[in-house]
Amino acid sequence: MKKQGLLAIRSLAVILCLLALWQAVVSLNHLPVYLLPGPLVVARALVERFPSLLDSLVITTEEAAGGLAASIVVGVAAAMVFAQYRWIRQLLYPYTILLQTVPIVAIAPLIINWAGAGIFPVTIVTFIICLAPIIANTTHGLVSVDENLVHLFLMYKASPVQVLFKLRLPNALPSLFTGIRISAGISVIGGITGELFAGSTQVGEGGLGYAILYANSQMETGYLFALVLAASALGFFFFFLVMFLEWLALHNWHESIRPDAAE
Amino acid sequence: MVTETMGKIPEVALESVSKRYRSGSPVLENISLKVQRGEFVTFLGPSGCGKSTILKLVAGLSPVSEGTVRVNGMTPENARQLVSFVFQDATLLPWRTVEQNVGLGMELEHAARPARRQRVERMLELVGLEEVARRYPRELSGGMKMRASIARALVSKPSILLMDEPFAALDEMTRDRLNEELLRLYAEQRWTVLFVTHSVAEAVFLSSRIFILAAHPGRVAHEIHVDLPWPRNAETRDSAAFEQQVNHASRLLRGIYQA
Repeated sequence: MKKQGLLAIRSLAVILCLLALWQAVVSLNHLPVYLLPGPLVVARALVERFPSLLDSLVITTEEAAGGLAASIVVGVAAAMVFAQYRWIRQLLYPYTILLQTVPIVAIAPLIINWAGAGIFPVTIVTFIICLAPIIANTTHGLVSVDENLVHLFLMYKASPVQVLFKLRLPNALPSLFTGIRISAGISVIGGITGELFAGSTQVGEGGLGYAILYANSQMETGYLFALVLAASALGFFFFFLVMFLEWLALHNWHESIRPDAAE
Repeated sequence: MVTETMGKIPEVALESVSKRYRSGSPVLENISLKVQRGEFVTFLGPSGCGKSTILKLVAGLSPVSEGTVRVNGMTPENARQLVSFVFQDATLLPWRTVEQNVGLGMELEHAARPARRQRVERMLELVGLEEVARRYPRELSGGMKMRASIARALVSKPSILLMDEPFAALDEMTRDRLNEELLRLYAEQRWTVLFVTHSVAEAVFLSSRIFILAAHPGRVAHEIHVDLPWPRNAETRDSAAFEQQVNHASRLLRGIYQA
């Protein structure tokens, strides 16, 4: 306990030192606010513009969470098909790599062309970049089952459905969570990238990406920094939420989470 | 009359069985052997002699290339109900507790929950694991995991047990104790056992008959009848007769390694 308290104080000290250094650089060099705002200016922007920042944050959260959720559903379904039918896997699996290598910035305008502007096309962009890690990791987990366990199920005359749901899916759970963790991080990036192209149907309203673009054009650099901070915090939040869910699902049995780790 | 003729059908019979994989030399060549009901038979031999493959053929997990395998007069696939397999690793599902692992087979057969619980409880008692029924496999020692694996194999009331080096990964003391427990259960339940091992002492201690296999291609080189008195227990290992049998089997095995 004492040790943890000390650690917290130290981390806090580091942050305060960095903030002080930042403020010092800005103040001593008399840097104009539009070039580099000091932490105080950013803090003021954060407080003053909090309602509109919150609106943008909610929109981006919806897009990122929506895209991520859709990618989990579609990705797990695709992985299940790949695991059951080797020939489909051999035929289609290479395209999931294509999905990963396609430059999302290049096709985002196309998607906006097809689906219009607003939350929906941005969710599609998020979905696309989240999909590949989910498919790849889940397929790997479904396929890499101990051969003797498959034999055991054979001896029990288990149906293919039983093998899938009682053996392969639980076996794939740790890999699935690895995939979700990766995708959760990039889902926020996907949302913001999408918004840069099609964030808003109305001027002045949109997610973080759109707001960043808008703040930049208005030279509201303090608010811009606050928005970037909010985007990072959102990514952080997603990541730790997934970590928590992973812990909930696996802590009883999986080796990656030790029973005595809390000590 | 009927029972008499039934008694004459060997529980497991291999006739001129060969097994080869698509490419490469045969794993097993021209193996013929019979195992009578209630016998405890051990397969001993160097790696690559196909001893584990024999068990897979009997379990119907792998088809023969030539010859026939009969289990209680049936094809291995049709006889699966009679057979339980104990693998080298405990092969427990890590996301299930011990009791959920032991009850897996009954669950897959959609057995009623009360019947399942009762049977699982009895099996755990039999192998001395009732205390850890709600624990997960990673919390158990190697010996306890193997006990759980054996309990799982016994749930389906098999008449034939196929055991593929089940105690190979355990330390010697644990292995000896589990050997003794296995024989105690064997005396009660009288399964037919086909047991694969690397250990000469284990083979002599457990079985009534030992097949010593040679490799490349896998074939039966020697057959030993172990005439040690039953029941066998810890004292059996100290007897001169035991030592003699072990030496005899070791000599034969050494001949194969040198060949």
